[in-house]
Amino acid sequence: MVHEETVYEALVNAHDEGHWAFGTGFDEPLAGVDTTVPDGIDPADLGAYCLMLGDDALVLAQRLTQWITNAPELEEEVAIGNIGLDLLGQARLLLARGGSVGVLGRSRQLATDTIPDEDALAYFRDADEFRSTALVEVENGDFARTLVRLLVAASVRLAVLARLRDSRDPVLAAIATKGVKELTYHRDHAARWVLRLGDGTAESHRRAQDGVEAVWPLLADLFTATDVETRLAAAGVAVDPADVRDEVRAVLTQVLERATLAVPDWPADAPPRGRLGEHGPELTELLDTLQGLARQHPAATW
Amino acid sequence: MTAVTLQRATTDPRAVAETVTDPELPMLTLADLGVLRDVRMEDDGTVVVDITPTYSGCPAMGVMRADLLHALHAAGFRDVDVRTVLSPAWTSDWISEDGRRKLAAGGIAPPGTAPVRSPGPVPLQLGPTRRTAGCPQCGSPDTVEQSEFSATACKALRRCRSCGEPFEHFKEI
Repeated sequence: MVHEETVYEALVNAHDEGHWAFGTGFDEPLAGVDTTVPDGIDPADLGAYCLMLGDDALVLAQRLTQWITNAPELEEEVAIGNIGLDLLGQARLLLARGGSVGVLGRSRQLATDTIPDEDALAYFRDADEFRSTALVEVENGDFARTLVRLLVAASVRLAVLARLRDSRDPVLAAIATKGVKELTYHRDHAARWVLRLGDGTAESHRRAQDGVEAVWPLLADLFTATDVETRLAAAGVAVDPADVRDEVRAVLTQVLERATLAVPDWPADAPPRGRLGEHGPELTELLDTLQGLARQHPAATW
Repeated sequence: MTAVTLQRATTDPRAVAETVTDPELPMLTLADLGVLRDVRMEDDGTVVVDITPTYSGCPAMGVMRADLLHALHAAGFRDVDVRTVLSPAWTSDWISEDGRRKLAAGGIAPPGTAPVRSPGPVPLQLGPTRRTAGCPQCGSPDTVEQSEFSATACKALRRCRSCGEPFEHFKEI
């Protein structure tokens, strides 16, 4: 009979093996959730899709975290931290969903048995196994560029997740329903900053415009579907990213015009390189920071 | 052993689970917060507890789970299964009337009604968020939002124009 005297003991006793030092094994995000895959859905495709959505959130959360102790004001630091935390939560749910259908790549061989799937996926995949887009991977740049990137990323993600509320995968639909509430204020927050900076001083306008010019080319590969997305969209599980292009474009144009910023030409669609595992050096550098300690001490527990 | 048996015979697991408080808002129980969705006993005696996260990234879920296990074990329930439910998604509308009173008494302005979400595209909101919240210290309705974000994901930071004090406001979501 287990009778813990303290909450700490209850936390520690939740897993006999102890807790992996870099994760939260006592708190598996899908514990108790029915993860059965509905008929007619290819689990491998579903898992690959969850990695696309989960990796975008994980990588952007990590980028936003880099502003902690560096944001221009304390309230903004709290805001960016909170947005990053929401995204990290979405990433955990999505990576756990990917793990629940067996899409673990090499990570499961590298990670010890006690490490939960979502942590194995986050810490023990190499860059070429990540399915994130260049938009979330590139360096933050200055504050204005960070907020322009957040505006674009949140607008795309909100448009996709709003549609995924009707996904035939009930787990994905539930994650999306929750995520939409969060992304709504992520996008609004970024949009208001872009307004303030664009329609602010000459210097803030210049920096916001520079941010727009730097971020706009990254739109090119966001709206080209991979084969996985095409198959899953046909099955009512995923969203074809081409379907959200006009909506995203309208939102971004509205914000930039209100912010007195010049709207650059929309880039031509390009192959979805990041979704296929092709990334620039920025992702490798980011993963070195994110994963380095966990990989050096893969069996560490507390 | 006798004591445990007696306890089990006389205690309703729901009543025990309903005493567990939120780790970050200790003036509220998980039941007040609407996070505790169901408590039931299976035929084999296992107590099954359903909880739902407030926000995707809520870091308190692990502690909530452990607190529930701890309380139910201490009350003599040996087999306890705390499960996560994701759907329907939590809304601040689930905070009980009692919970709202406790929040206000604890210096946190309770949430208003959550926005209605339509199935289509989500409209952009470029103006300031239209929230109103009375000052939990002096009661004045003349308050202003300082930041839409605060010490936890679920709260915004406001300031009272009458008494000048800052306070937190539980966000409508």
